[in-house]
Amino acid sequence: MTGSGRAPIVEARAIHKHFGHLHVLKGVDLAVAEKELVFLIGPSGSGKSTLLRCLNRLEDPSSGSVVVDGIDMLDPRTDINKARQRIGMVFQSFNLYPHMTALGNVALALRKVQGMGRAEAEAKARAALDRVHLADRADHYPLQLSGGQQQRVAIARAIALEPRVMLFDEPTSALDPELVGGVLAVMRELREDGMTMVVVSHEMGFAKAAADRVVFMSDGAIIEEGIPSEIFTNPSHERTRAFISQIERH
Amino acid sequence: MDLFLETFFSWQIISEAWPILWQGLQATLMLSVLVVPLGVAGGIILATLSTVRNPWVKWPLRAWVDTFRALPPLVLLVFIFAGLPFIGLDVGAWGAVAIGFFLNTGAYYGEILRAGIESVPRGQIEAARSTGLTRGQTMAHVVLPQAVRNVLPDLISNTLEVVKLTSIASVVALPELLFQARQAQSVTYNATPIMAAAVAYFILLWPLVRLLSRLENRQLAGRR
Ligand SMILES: Nc1ncnc2c1ncn2[C@@H]1O[C@H](COP(=O)(O)OP(=O)(O)OP(=O)(O)O)[C@@H](O)[C@H]1O
Ligand SMILES: [Mg+2]
Repeated sequence: MTGSGRAPIVEARAIHKHFGHLHVLKGVDLAVAEKELVFLIGPSGSGKSTLLRCLNRLEDPSSGSVVVDGIDMLDPRTDINKARQRIGMVFQSFNLYPHMTALGNVALALRKVQGMGRAEAEAKARAALDRVHLADRADHYPLQLSGGQQQRVAIARAIALEPRVMLFDEPTSALDPELVGGVLAVMRELREDGMTMVVVSHEMGFAKAAADRVVFMSDGAIIEEGIPSEIFTNPSHERTRAFISQIERH
Repeated sequence: MDLFLETFFSWQIISEAWPILWQGLQATLMLSVLVVPLGVAGGIILATLSTVRNPWVKWPLRAWVDTFRALPPLVLLVFIFAGLPFIGLDVGAWGAVAIGFFLNTGAYYGEILRAGIESVPRGQIEAARSTGLTRGQTMAHVVLPQAVRNVLPDLISNTLEVVKLTSIASVVALPELLFQARQAQSVTYNATPIMAAAVAYFILLWPLVRLLSRLENRQLAGRR
């Protein structure tokens, strides 16, 4: 069920997630093909973040399987720290390390996880900052950067590790409206460079312009999916229709 | 007035008692240099363990911390010094002090650092883990630096207390500063050595006290 004929990079099957008595994911299947951009929408509490977090095992699914780039993420023998380098993640609240410069934020995992020396890591970190157009902010601390700049540094931190897939969890929701465009522009460029992406967001304009496929979730399950024009203009489920008209009123 | 000066600030007494006092000052410095890093190391271990949610770690840890915070340090020290030989372990005075402070001071530093670690938002840990950092690397490079910064005033306060507390080492016959000053006092029948010890403590601790109030002022300013 991928949007193209290419082999899936992410393949999640029958994912269930319980938090105590709360059944948050109720058998979700999601496959993402190489270079595909999947856009994930749904009401608050429908389980979008939880699904993303199951893909890199920030949450352990209660059952199901997750295979990313051929690696079984749920196999206890899998070196999860090695596997996570292939899956970049960008968070709503940026989560930059406040005690490190932009450069330090990007270089940390290059040095500690990939074992590069300082010079090599910093050169690579600068290249990543350049890709998000912040080469001139390398020595700034997060507090000295705007929200949009912080989020772009966070993207650089993830892409510096050369992941096979990038997960975005509402990357622009915490930003002032005038700063959203810069972050979306960087995401567009990533996509044009062939990055595989799963994006949770309310930016419908971005979805229409850049997504290959839109997936609508509600109450812990995928209700329907399809190409953006189809989902946005002619959804087949009442719940999808209600959600989209509610979003578009904003 | 002369009698007052004679009793509390006699230069002659100071020069007579100086060798004894100097010995004490050296011992106190060495004790501090031994005991503060030991306590901090113990604290880091306890605080790191406190992030483990497993009940088999959590509850013994709580019992440990509570015990060594509740036991008066003097009692603990006597206990170790006089008690360990009974189970065939004679660690000597310095060993007893090292163990006692590791247990007591470590528990206090541990609680302070735990509060610091808890003040670091979860998102920091998740961001670090999502890039492949291990639990330990995340602790060392992301969480602890922020945790320490957040509780630096408390860490410094505790360090001040710990340095002052080294005076209890005299109960196991370690010739620290206050003990030596009292020896000198009893030999000279004069309070000047005690005053000299007080001045020495002040000079030793004053930089930390200054640093502490600067940090506290900065925090107040930050909150406004
Ligand atoms: N760690 C947790 N412990 C308990 N319940 C949780 C936890 N994380 C999420 N939940 C619950 O799981 C459900 C799904 O949450 P999730 O964050 O995945 O939703 P979402 O679709 O991302 O919503 P939003 O649009 O508000 O971000 C919610 O009811 C939430 O309260
Ligand atoms: Mg969410």
